[in-house]
Amino acid sequence: MTQIVVQKAGTLDMPLTIGGRSFTSRLIVGTGKYATNEVMVDAIRASGAEMVTVAVRRVDLDRTKEEGILHHLSPDEFFLLANTAGCYNAGDAIRYARLARAAGFNEWIKLEVIGDQATLLPDVHATLEAAKTLTDEGFKVMAYTNDDLITALRLEDAGCVAVMPLASPIGSGLGVVNPYFIREIKRRLEVPVIVDAGVGTASDACITMEQGVDGVLMNTALAAADDPVRMAHAMRHAIVAGRMAYLAGRMPSREIAVPSSPVQGMLD
Amino acid sequence: MSEATTIRVRLNGKERDVDSDHTVRSLLESLDLQPSLVVVELNREILARESYGETLIRDGDTIELVHFVGGG
Repeated sequence: MTQIVVQKAGTLDMPLTIGGRSFTSRLIVGTGKYATNEVMVDAIRASGAEMVTVAVRRVDLDRTKEEGILHHLSPDEFFLLANTAGCYNAGDAIRYARLARAAGFNEWIKLEVIGDQATLLPDVHATLEAAKTLTDEGFKVMAYTNDDLITALRLEDAGCVAVMPLASPIGSGLGVVNPYFIREIKRRLEVPVIVDAGVGTASDACITMEQGVDGVLMNTALAAADDPVRMAHAMRHAIVAGRMAYLAGRMPSREIAVPSSPVQGMLD
Repeated sequence: MSEATTIRVRLNGKERDVDSDHTVRSLLESLDLQPSLVVVELNREILARESYGETLIRDGDTIELVHFVGGG
């Protein structure tokens, strides 16, 4: 059971520390698929997230120059975590990571190597290969992976600063489909475990955090909500609620009723 | 008298004719792009921002201009 000393610091939790950097929020959010840039910025602010993911793509030379996300999102306000989304082999992921670092903000990368177009499940062999190269090159790698313990352990051995198993497929909103494996990965790894992908609504986020993981990364759950800003508020609360419930230690569940009021002292 | 000539490059996946006297910096300017927000890959090598001004675009170059967009 995790021990926390709370009263002294006047807080109920410790910061999330990844790769030597501390974050107050345990929620990391993506910046894709929003209807407008204004809604995106409002939702991200409402979520309380300090780390946000971005993708590396060609400048569209036929369109407006305002297309780049940094015209809307200040790197002074948010910590940018570039991803290698869309890459299907280690070589491409390494290339995208190097381009992202050359943008000049930081040496962090959300490594993602997809193995299958239909499910967007990760190619764990290619992910591991790319992780080794990138950590050797000084990158701080946060690796998206499936909920397989052995892969998670190998990614930690490769020097990743965080391992990010999926709750369920990217964009599916199915919630955490295998809480046991998520808990097992968290139990066995020393680096932070961030659940990345699959959270659909606030209860999913809360249940994910109740497994004891260090944080959650989400994008579509906010961007595809009818009201992304309101959902971002909900997610902020859900992440805190799930974290607090985990740290508090839940009561045992049992399939019998136990009265909450004294059985003594009843009138004749 | 030298006449302005053009060269053909592959820019972000499309063949394009550009003036032969372009540096990377002047090319970005001509495209109305802020150098600080763009990363340039020239013939598969990432180009340091410091060398944009002195790097000449050559006929047949493959240039990729990338930046950050929304993503998860």
